[in-house]
Amino acid sequence: MSGPSTYVPKSAIGKWFEQRLPIGGLIHSSFVVFPNPRNLNYFWTFGAILAFMLVAQIATGVTLAMHYIPDARFAFNSVEHIMRDVNYGWLLRYLHSNGATMFFLAVYIHMLRGLYYGSYKAPREVLWILGVIIFLLMMATAFMGYVLPWGQMSFWGATVITNLFSAIPLVGNYITTWLWGGFSVGDPTLNRFFALHYLLPFMIAGVVVLHIWALHVPGSNNPAGVEPKTSKDTLPFHPYFTIKDTFAVVCFAIFFAWFVFFVPNYFGHADNYNPANPLVTPQEIVPEWYFLPYYAILRSTPNILFIPAKLAGVLAMFGSIAVFAFLPWLDTSKVRSGSYRPVFRVFFWAFVLCGIGLGYLGSQPVTEGTILAGRILLLCYFAFFLIVLPLLGLLETPLQVPASIADAVLGSHGSSTMLKGASAEPSVKG
Amino acid sequence: MTDMTMAKPNMAEPTRRDILYVATAAVGVVGVAAVIWPLIDQMNPDLSTLALSKTEIDLKPIAPGQNIVVKWQGKPVFVRNRPPKMVAEVRAVPLSQLIDPETDQARVKVANWLIVVGVCTHLGCTPNVGGDYDGWLCPCHGSQYDASGRVRHGPAPLNLLVPTYEFKTPTSVVVG
Repeated sequence: MSGPSTYVPKSAIGKWFEQRLPIGGLIHSSFVVFPNPRNLNYFWTFGAILAFMLVAQIATGVTLAMHYIPDARFAFNSVEHIMRDVNYGWLLRYLHSNGATMFFLAVYIHMLRGLYYGSYKAPREVLWILGVIIFLLMMATAFMGYVLPWGQMSFWGATVITNLFSAIPLVGNYITTWLWGGFSVGDPTLNRFFALHYLLPFMIAGVVVLHIWALHVPGSNNPAGVEPKTSKDTLPFHPYFTIKDTFAVVCFAIFFAWFVFFVPNYFGHADNYNPANPLVTPQEIVPEWYFLPYYAILRSTPNILFIPAKLAGVLAMFGSIAVFAFLPWLDTSKVRSGSYRPVFRVFFWAFVLCGIGLGYLGSQPVTEGTILAGRILLLCYFAFFLIVLPLLGLLETPLQVPASIADAVLGSHGSSTMLKGASAEPSVKG
Repeated sequence: MTDMTMAKPNMAEPTRRDILYVATAAVGVVGVAAVIWPLIDQMNPDLSTLALSKTEIDLKPIAPGQNIVVKWQGKPVFVRNRPPKMVAEVRAVPLSQLIDPETDQARVKVANWLIVVGVCTHLGCTPNVGGDYDGWLCPCHGSQYDASGRVRHGPAPLNLLVPTYEFKTPTSVVVG
């Protein structure tokens, strides 16, 4: 995807095939000779880790679907059947449920990397927005997947989240009835959630293709935040980044496996091993950890002007995700990388702490104290996007940005006057 | 060439192709709309769900002060036999103290029988018996309801819904 392909198949069959479907050339130009900035750090391996997680979730999900029954009478027992009777069913299910956690862990790191290094800035706005769309699809998929075991948390989580739509003025109640296929969460709801849970990952895969396409037009951003200028600034994708990405994926898989084999229920909730009971709400409803910050935002939003708290909470929750899509225009700084923005860096980490704080509040029972703290953090969250980022670009004095990636890699020895020497001694660094 | 006129789309007379475009688009839009509606409407409650929309409740076994929970349309319905003292108390509350002002008289048909849908008007959880108002406390976000099912403490915006119901006999009620 960077200019015409120079790929020449070696075998006669390869040549014959390439003339009819030039897929070899596409792979060659995208993942073999594709020039990547040479200074990418390990935070740039999370794209490959996420691709691995998507494939892993689809593989375990499709096999689980061969044994699962999407019927309110049998769903809970079919999951127990998978755990006890199906060959390696326990492994598939624990891989799938912990896989969701790992997927979100990786996507949060991926997004924060983009935020820190300004990866959303021109010319990568569309790439970034496609990422926000993938994130929304992931959230919808994870939510519907959590409903399928039909335990108490499944049922009541589904009840609370579908009731969010009842906050919409005038048509809200019609929309919730339509979503449920009844007058409460029930068998029709479970059945359609299963159908959509199966569909959405393939839609994610489609948007991922667009995401990678949009990535390969300008190429990857990098920790220095300056675009590659000469061939000295880049390295071919293979073998340099294939081996680095593979190494990172394997390390991540070991981390993932530790949860699967040693604490498979660490991220789960004991109440979800009770079958769904529409007449009894559990003492406390807690979503999965990756939704906790948004849950805290939902619960702590007060009445805003003429908007009642319930609708305001729903708007604030969706707004907290939608605001990411506007990041390319909210951040006014010309400097891309946070490494050269000393004040931004402080606010970035404050924002991360704010997100963790909201997550903690989302996991706690509601009291006056948690609501007050939630409101303060909610203000901080939106202030970061709507006040800090636009103003910081105008007020902050950034550090000197390196003239090129080669300069950044070679540190103080690599100032542009020294480039001649640096090229003569390529082993000075790295 | 004989069909030179076809190559000039800005002629005053519409061509045969213009008519085909417009007609195709018009039929296409109607066709798409006619197919999309069934695709959307199939998600609405089906006939078997609608058929289960009435539930009969026997009131005889419910002693004064007792609550029962009955399933109606998949949702819990609270039925409470309120002692006279409790009725007097909820009727003494001034409307100005209420989040969603409504008299107790407007919410019941027979003074001692309170029948409300047990779905919190905030986000749909089932409240438990408890709270500071002799009524219900929602475990999800802390909303509280009184012995008339009226919301007394947020975040819920509205009182518990009163379903449509009729007394078939003094000890039997049909909800729905």
